[in-house]
Amino acid sequence: MDDIKLSRRRLLKAAVAGSAAAVGPWFIKDLYAADEIKVVGIHDASGGLDLLGRPMIDVLTLAVEEANAAGGLLGKQLKLISYDAQSNIQYYTQYATQAATKDKPAVVHAGITSASREAIRPVLRRFNTLYFYNTLYEGGVCDRNCFCTGSTPAQTVEKLIPFAMKKFSGKKIYVLAADYNYGQITSKWVKKYTQDEGGTIVSTDFFPLDVTDFGPTIKKIQAAKPDIVMSVLVGGSHISFYRQWAAAGMKKEIPMASTTFGLGNEHVVVSAEEGNGILASYAYFDEVTTAANKAFLTRYHKRFGDKAPPLTETAAMTYHGFQLWAAAVKKAGTIDRMKVIEALESHISVDGPAGKTTLDPATHHDILDVYIGEAENKKFKLLQSFSQQKPADTAAVCDLVKNPNDNQQYIIDVKV
Amino acid sequence: MSPRQRLVVSIIAFIASVAVIFIVPQVLELFAVINATIYVSMAILALSLALIWGAGGILSFGQAAFFGLGGYTYAVCAINFGDSTWAVVLAVMLPALFAALLGYFIFWGRIGDVYLGVITLTVTLILFKLFNATAGDAYTIGKARLGGFNGIPSTPPLNLPWDVGTSLPPEQIWYIAAGLLLLFYFGSRWLLSTGFGRVVISIRENERRTELLGYDVRRYKLGIFTIGGAMAGVAGILFANCVFVSPTMFSLFYNAQVIIWVTVGGIGTLLGPIMGAIALQMLVAKLGTINGLDPNVVLGFILILFVLLVPKGILPVMQGGFERMRHRRAVSPPAPIRPPQQPAQKQSVAQEPVLTVGSRP
Amino acid sequence: MDLVVVVLLQVVASVASLVLISIGLAVIFGMMRVINLAHGEFIMLGGYAVIYATRWGVNLWIAMLIVAPLFVGVIGIIVERAVIRFLYGRMIDTMLATWGLSLLLIGAATMIFGNVTTGVSAPLGGITIGQYQTSLYELVLAVIVVVVLVGLMAVLKLTKAGLIARATMQNPAMAASLGISTSTVYSVTFGAGAALSGLAGALIAPLSGVLPTMGISYVAKAFITVISGGAAIISGTLSASTLLGSLNTLATFAATPVIGEVALLFAAIILLRVLPQGITGRFFRRAL
Repeated sequence: MDDIKLSRRRLLKAAVAGSAAAVGPWFIKDLYAADEIKVVGIHDASGGLDLLGRPMIDVLTLAVEEANAAGGLLGKQLKLISYDAQSNIQYYTQYATQAATKDKPAVVHAGITSASREAIRPVLRRFNTLYFYNTLYEGGVCDRNCFCTGSTPAQTVEKLIPFAMKKFSGKKIYVLAADYNYGQITSKWVKKYTQDEGGTIVSTDFFPLDVTDFGPTIKKIQAAKPDIVMSVLVGGSHISFYRQWAAAGMKKEIPMASTTFGLGNEHVVVSAEEGNGILASYAYFDEVTTAANKAFLTRYHKRFGDKAPPLTETAAMTYHGFQLWAAAVKKAGTIDRMKVIEALESHISVDGPAGKTTLDPATHHDILDVYIGEAENKKFKLLQSFSQQKPADTAAVCDLVKNPNDNQQYIIDVKV
Repeated sequence: MSPRQRLVVSIIAFIASVAVIFIVPQVLELFAVINATIYVSMAILALSLALIWGAGGILSFGQAAFFGLGGYTYAVCAINFGDSTWAVVLAVMLPALFAALLGYFIFWGRIGDVYLGVITLTVTLILFKLFNATAGDAYTIGKARLGGFNGIPSTPPLNLPWDVGTSLPPEQIWYIAAGLLLLFYFGSRWLLSTGFGRVVISIRENERRTELLGYDVRRYKLGIFTIGGAMAGVAGILFANCVFVSPTMFSLFYNAQVIIWVTVGGIGTLLGPIMGAIALQMLVAKLGTINGLDPNVVLGFILILFVLLVPKGILPVMQGGFERMRHRRAVSPPAPIRPPQQPAQKQSVAQEPVLTVGSRP
Repeated sequence: MDLVVVVLLQVVASVASLVLISIGLAVIFGMMRVINLAHGEFIMLGGYAVIYATRWGVNLWIAMLIVAPLFVGVIGIIVERAVIRFLYGRMIDTMLATWGLSLLLIGAATMIFGNVTTGVSAPLGGITIGQYQTSLYELVLAVIVVVVLVGLMAVLKLTKAGLIARATMQNPAMAASLGISTSTVYSVTFGAGAALSGLAGALIAPLSGVLPTMGISYVAKAFITVISGGAAIISGTLSASTLLGSLNTLATFAATPVIGEVALLFAAIILLRVLPQGITGRFFRRAL
């Protein structure tokens, strides 16, 4: 099976090389015109995901403006080109192609859902354009052209489950998950870590992203009587679960932890009574009290106003992703893609709002600090932090040092 | 126009289109060629609805069902076979078969009008929900994981028939897509000029009368519905080659879009929906780069405006303007042959027999 | 035993919510043969009316039961005057125009309110049934739906306005020749339908939150329910909702939410194949 895949991939590359040669003359003039360095961002500024997309765009804008104010990179000014994918996967492919073949940027920071990443990634690899994906996700992407700066389940879920089981002194967990790649894979990790701690999973229910009625589910949970409910629910529609859970009076009956609550500012959207007490774990919380984070938030609010939405991991990692790339460009002394990749693979690290993050050369994922927080009056109270967590899940399947030509998202076979 | 003039115009149009098809990859950058291929594949989808709704009077709210099935069949088969030849064949057959079964269910049940719209819409929604729920490991067909909401990102591109070694680059896929659009357009014109096509149009004009003339309208409706389904399947294959397949292909969004394209372009014409599809997609892509403006506002406004002010669509209005200009020059305009006025509920279909192609009586 | 009671309550709740989201569309369809595809956005506007009214200090119940229906009703009348009245008798064209309106409203709401899920908390808290807990609000919702249906029935059957409305619905030409301004009747009817949609959105807001694109998830369901029910407004909606809603809930309990949704849709297809004019095209033909 691998042979077939490999040969198909090689063919694709050969074909693309041929086609690129055929249309070559049209982009060559672009290359010579570049006296500024282009950075492309593709995120959802409208549509169902703009809640996550807008802060990422804002933070990327801030990072580019700051770099320019500090004299740019390699003596050149940076130019940010931002595309709005309108929460539509088709536009991700379209704009990624446009960026790679027309804008010819030094780097593309793009994508929110795994679906959008898998739409962009092959395009940018085909057209030799460096790619940063800055969202927390299910893990397993193994592609030398792509750097994933967000956290993965081995970094967050591994800490969250034992913490929740200890805090709530319970062993039976009921999992509610969004029915797509992220939810499916993350719920497997939840199961694994629960069993590692000697707990059991009572049931795992999956919900399409547009479900808003959780009435029957809440009754099913009551019948199953778990000690803890684990939410891997995603997006605007699923927020209604937290409301309906509270409305049924279940908040004081069964405690809850989540891998996603708060990432889309759910804790601000629901009322304090509905959100209080829910545990979550990310590589960044707005409430991190380091001087670096305070300064970062001050700059953010100065640029985008006091009413700008609270920042979550996706936005913070977009900032980190940009800084990591900028550091690598400085180190390489060029924006040449392979040289920058080599620089990024030299254990490069930056200190930023989320603490110290280092790119792991073998997986192209981030080694980062992880926090556990508890929702309290529309904010998070930080309960514990774990320093420098490695992306162990992806590392189990992916080694780009040994196999630099690997290019796929591994579906990690979680042993449960 | 006399039949002779019509033929001349058709030939000129054909040559001009072929010229455009060959010029596009020479003057446009690669990204624009890929985008143009997406637009053209959507134009084929619009053409498929133009056939069944514009010509056949069957308002399907679920044209995206065949579009998505075509895309998924292609992706799953191409991944499993490693060769796209049979994948293409199957990806046309399966939507056609599905359309035939659905058509049998609908037309033999004598379901028409808005009820037909509901059934087609519901079928698409079911497919949308089912394909969305295939994220688990269990949903793997051979080597292809269906992937749920994420879809199948690594859809293999087309290759030359039975020659796995020649995976086609984007420009070649452009030639195929644009060539197919041309073929389908002229093919549809031919189809509607045959005896079969004339009966289909007469069903649109007056179903009862056609039936009383002894035609089994169910068969003709089924025929045009199946052809439309197959054509939408082809659009799905091309789309899968430019983007990739995901459950969005079944979504309300595409169902709505395609109806809007046909309405704006000109219901009852074949060329109008193609123009509508391409123009509106370019507009929406342009709007996506303007910050602060929601593209839905513009699309919605356009649709309302067209239904109220230009219910026939752009193309018939342009043609009307052109004809008037000609008539002003000609001393004695030939009296147009008009069909009798249709009953009120059929007004959504253009009143001019714009689809009458070939020789007139 | 408790489980049976809880499942039954859940069935009642989901039938009630199906009636609630469909009744506005049913009034407009039943009376005027107009399919309003902007129905979902009327629901959305009702939701936003509640959110903003409560933010400005209006009592939640007043916001839900009075402010939202009034607000959306007025919008409905404006829409009828500006767009719909040019398109009577052209069912497909009204569908397309209201579809355009739906896109326009989604876009406008996104620009004004932002694409953020907002909401209010459900009032009343939970009640305990044996070892189960359920939201009291869901049950109150079912009671409100019954009141709305009875009220609608009473207006249509017992008042002069209802008589005029029914006459116009049965034979507009005859009604007009008897001196009834059918244009006004249509305008008011559309406004009333819109107001009911607004009420639906208002009552749903505490359960599911409010979002500019929320209408999409309701319009298809409402459309399918109304058409399955057939021409009779109240009995059609009620019978179709009962059938589809119970099926949905039971399948959800037995399997997954996806199976529940698919069961609902599949049942609607079979229903329309067997009864091409909807339930009330065959049964309860003389009912309202």
